[in-house]
Amino acid sequence: MDSETIARKYHPILEPLTRAGCPFWITVIPLSIIFLWSFFAFGWQYDRGLGVTGMGHPMSWTLYLVNFVFFIGISHAGTLISAILRITNAGWRTPITRAAEMVTVFALAAGPTNILFDLGRSTRFYWVGLHAQFKSPLLWDFTCIMTYFATSVVFLYVLMIPDIAILRDRFPGRRRVYEILSLGWSGTERQERILKKVSAFLCIAVIPIAVSVHTVVSWVFGMQTQPMWHSTIFGPYFVVGAIYSGIATIILVAAILRKVYHLEQYLQPLHFNNMGLLLLTMSLLWFYFTFAEYLTTLYGGGIHELAVFWVKMVGKYSVMFWLMVLFCFIIPFPILALKRTRTILGTSIASISILIGMWLERYLIIIPTLSEPRLPYERGAYMPSWVEWSMMAGLSAGFILAIVLFSKFFPVISIWEMEKEGKEKILMTNVK
Amino acid sequence: MVIDLDKCTGCQACVVACRQENNIPFVGEKQAKLGRATFWMNLVSEVKGTYPNVEMHFFPMPCMQCDHPPCTIVCPVAATYKNPEGIVAQVYPRCIGVRMCISNCPYTVRYFNWHAPSWPPEYKKGLNPDVFRRRKGITEKCNFCIQRIRRAKERVKKEKRRIRDGEVIPACVETCPSEALYFGDLNDPKSRVSKLSKSRRAFRLLEDLATEPKVFYLREGDWQDGQ
Repeated sequence: MDSETIARKYHPILEPLTRAGCPFWITVIPLSIIFLWSFFAFGWQYDRGLGVTGMGHPMSWTLYLVNFVFFIGISHAGTLISAILRITNAGWRTPITRAAEMVTVFALAAGPTNILFDLGRSTRFYWVGLHAQFKSPLLWDFTCIMTYFATSVVFLYVLMIPDIAILRDRFPGRRRVYEILSLGWSGTERQERILKKVSAFLCIAVIPIAVSVHTVVSWVFGMQTQPMWHSTIFGPYFVVGAIYSGIATIILVAAILRKVYHLEQYLQPLHFNNMGLLLLTMSLLWFYFTFAEYLTTLYGGGIHELAVFWVKMVGKYSVMFWLMVLFCFIIPFPILALKRTRTILGTSIASISILIGMWLERYLIIIPTLSEPRLPYERGAYMPSWVEWSMMAGLSAGFILAIVLFSKFFPVISIWEMEKEGKEKILMTNVK
Repeated sequence: MVIDLDKCTGCQACVVACRQENNIPFVGEKQAKLGRATFWMNLVSEVKGTYPNVEMHFFPMPCMQCDHPPCTIVCPVAATYKNPEGIVAQVYPRCIGVRMCISNCPYTVRYFNWHAPSWPPEYKKGLNPDVFRRRKGITEKCNFCIQRIRRAKERVKKEKRRIRDGEVIPACVETCPSEALYFGDLNDPKSRVSKLSKSRRAFRLLEDLATEPKVFYLREGDWQDGQ
């Protein structure tokens, strides 16, 4: 089929690329302002020192680390889910994979940026590579995240090449950019064979990398001797939490894209139902891990562990803790469990709840441990300053902005895969 | 180092001497409340009981100089290490301010420069020229006045002899009016600290973590011991 017919057939997918109306600017301008504001906040912090944040002794790792873990968590589901669904050949995945991969790349760009904010000497971040000390979990982290980021970008890009080729033929104004990016794709048999091989390889490669990333992120805490961090369960616990928040993000992004770009005929209730079921599984897993982790601490924990435990359960972090349980489990679980509520709106509400809950979870993993160190002489209280809130807002704005802009330059649903799948379906019916 | 808690009066002279010797910046009351104050040598106090049966306990807290320091292994750029003498040292120019060493220190005795260090103008003349002046965004800690130890080593090398017990002492030990602090070579079985560390009264903080601190405390109120 030539590009003209394809373009006509997948008109709703290509439509958002052609125009930028009023709603686009209403979204982009405030987001850009918030995004740019965070640069000012960072400059302020760079000039004055980290004292402008709410951190102090012994609260040395706070909101930046929370956001770091949270965004890395979000990045998790995307490529991982996409790869798993591709390998298991789940047919319904096709319209969702691109959105998932895109979320991964941007969340992965946002996550480690927090470390940059958190460093006392941000401009020297590359010393981690230059003066590497292999015993440090932070070096493992740096390595894994960079590998995952590179793989995810390649993954997103490679599977977009045939689509870029369509765009190259459709948009003469942006032809030069798309021409370079399409790598001369013309859909020959040889090219398709290579693409198939490369994507199969990437699918398999990306799974262990993705799992390693969040495991290592958890080890940044788990390898330390601090109470309620030093836990062997942290690796899988973080991976589960990451996939949980990641799927929630994909659902939310897909629901918004569907609404805004009128992709109703591609992103159907079936997809949200299936993703909702995945989310339901993860919510049970999350509950299981959380329960196991806290019960073990309570049952056999020493005085130091219990000090942190009780401060979370009934102490100053108790409100946050029970809100986390509410948002992570009590609200989403019934919504996702009942078929009647597992609709697009239902899964979206559950996803928002999960994202809030998972952010609280990251907060509650990091902060209470630092505020209750082993020796009872140092007690910390922490309240983020305007700088930290600005950075968090800026980062979130940047993340959304990146998705919005991406959707204006590249199709958010994989056209060539939809086409391929459509052809296969016709073939199957003919055979029958 | 050995700290005799029985002899400690809680006068805080060690804290002041340490501040003077190691160019520890002043942050002011407001910042101190936010937890930005630095105490390489800190004196923590504990009040037990209620009036009229009140007991005050004091605890001088320098860096424990662990033999298996949890802080050094986590540094991604190797800015902190255990030197051949067993002192856990910080390489200021190498530090990039990740603060993982701070969060992994079970004794919470590592400090961060939240702001650029500052001193009152009249104090600036008294800054110790032997001590590196830190900048904002890096971690610092007690190093048993490593500059004094280095000086002494250079001296004895010239004189071709070994350092005598008690020849070199950190500022806190030197200043303690009640002589509650002792400093020396724990590896030398004849040294004062080595003998004291084997006292029945001796204990170390959080020994169950197997960090093997090199700061020994002598318990209060065990009068019969005699050591």
